[in-house]
Amino acid sequence: MSAQPQPSLGEIWLEALTGAAGLIDGSPRTVRAADAPLGAEVARFIAVVPDPGNRFPRARHGEVGLDEASGLALEVRRAMAEDSGRSRRPLIALVDVTSQAYGAREELLGIHLAGAAAVDAYASARLAGHPLIALLVGKAISGGFLTHGYQANRILALDSPAVLTHAMSREASARVTRRTVEELAQLGERIAPMAYDIRSFASLGLVHRLIGGVNGTRPGAADLERVRAELIAAVADARAGPRDLAVRLKSPAALSGRAASIAVRARLAEQWDAS
Amino acid sequence: MSAEAERERFLARHSFIELNARERARAVLDGGSFRELLGPFERLKSPWLPLQGIVAQADDGVVIARGQLDGHEAVVASIEGAYQGGSIGEVSGAKIAGALELALRDAARGRTVRPVLLLETGGVRLQEANLGLAAIAEIQAAIVALRRHVPVVAVVAGVVGCFGGMSLAAALCSQLIVTRQARLGMNGPEVIEQEAGLAELDAGDRARVWSLMGGEQRHATGFADVLVEDDAEAIAGAVRAAFGERTAARSERVGELIARLAAIDAEHPPEPAALRALWGKVRSP
Repeated sequence: MSAQPQPSLGEIWLEALTGAAGLIDGSPRTVRAADAPLGAEVARFIAVVPDPGNRFPRARHGEVGLDEASGLALEVRRAMAEDSGRSRRPLIALVDVTSQAYGAREELLGIHLAGAAAVDAYASARLAGHPLIALLVGKAISGGFLTHGYQANRILALDSPAVLTHAMSREASARVTRRTVEELAQLGERIAPMAYDIRSFASLGLVHRLIGGVNGTRPGAADLERVRAELIAAVADARAGPRDLAVRLKSPAALSGRAASIAVRARLAEQWDAS
Repeated sequence: MSAEAERERFLARHSFIELNARERARAVLDGGSFRELLGPFERLKSPWLPLQGIVAQADDGVVIARGQLDGHEAVVASIEGAYQGGSIGEVSGAKIAGALELALRDAARGRTVRPVLLLETGGVRLQEANLGLAAIAEIQAAIVALRRHVPVVAVVAGVVGCFGGMSLAAALCSQLIVTRQARLGMNGPEVIEQEAGLAELDAGDRARVWSLMGGEQRHATGFADVLVEDDAEAIAGAVRAAFGERTAARSERVGELIARLAAIDAEHPPEPAALRALWGKVRSP
């Protein structure tokens, strides 16, 4: 076995899409941001990557911890400040996050606030007019996904078995609910929001485009061209639409997959003002 | 105040924590102004729980009420901690997000509706996993958008506390009110013990848990704006006062957050008491 650890999916895609040309020298090492061409403009690509030497031991495997969440907030806010008063660059969140970091010191030091700072930065950037696109290339789990990707105008995903979405990792969820991983998988087959695979997630209407036929672990030139074209189209679509997340409830998949989410809003609107 | 008057006041206290979600919303709003939206008779229940053999409650554990605060139009979203641990499912999450989105629509039209969140939640309902998480992302998006027009005020009173993605939602709010009984954290103690081991955290050690994430500690280290007694009148008063505050939400102040974290030795983090001295109350109410 080589001493060099395998690059994570986030690292692979950041490198592939940016050539690490415009890598921004920031901290921490786990938040990688790079400015690179996307179509006729420059976009900021952001990934969270694992660091076995992370100063916080509970964030060494690609989790979003204190430094990662606050680092995300910083990189997004920097782009906002730099683009103030001019064309706002697209922000591309390359999502491969195992979860948030679970630890006592994380709680003491307020990981909830660091996470909120990342959410706040992404949501504020979107509201300011930055097209914000999430590209799911690996795990998009729980607090990791909330802080990195879930505020996007458009969520794109590779149609790959390595792409997983959920509120908790398989193993942790099995322990909390006292089920086996196999039982959870069976439940996911019956109940779409319980599933981990990206096609089930897309069936809920939360994915703008599911990108099939792409090598997710070793993207070649044709794969990159394909993904870039999808990103460029999503950026244009985001710029043409409203800056909120309402689009998630409008797709044909959402009409069935999130019927209750739609019905609740419609009934609330009817009753909002006293008759 | 004389000792006698203090005693009278203590005896007159009306616990907020002991109230259910509906009573809490009523207690916060001006007397007689409470009007529930999507009440239990609407029967908007979770479509997912019955598929897993779990009885679904008719309001999915969230009460949305319109009413007034000091005569101003208001909306309260109150989570019932006694139902499924206050967890956020598709319907309960859509009720909260939808209410905030309507307040935002009104604000954009120049009509202010004061939003109040009474949070008592373990976070995502695991039986509705991805749809609970999606709803929380939408609640967070709505708070950030709405906060630009009107303060969004949150209360974590206690029994369940406020965890998971909803702890981030609490931190996004303009003003956060807590009691000593409240806990606020991204991960609940049980999950930390399970995932990181007993050496990391003994979830049964209540003193330790509260020292890390209890309301008093959160207030003393700048994570909450107001610490109040468990008293319905005091909480209702704090909510009203919070709408007079106009400061940047703490989640917007990234520079301060990063400077605070950078000064911490991750190998030897301070004990909770030492952290109070270090971080103090950065923004006193």
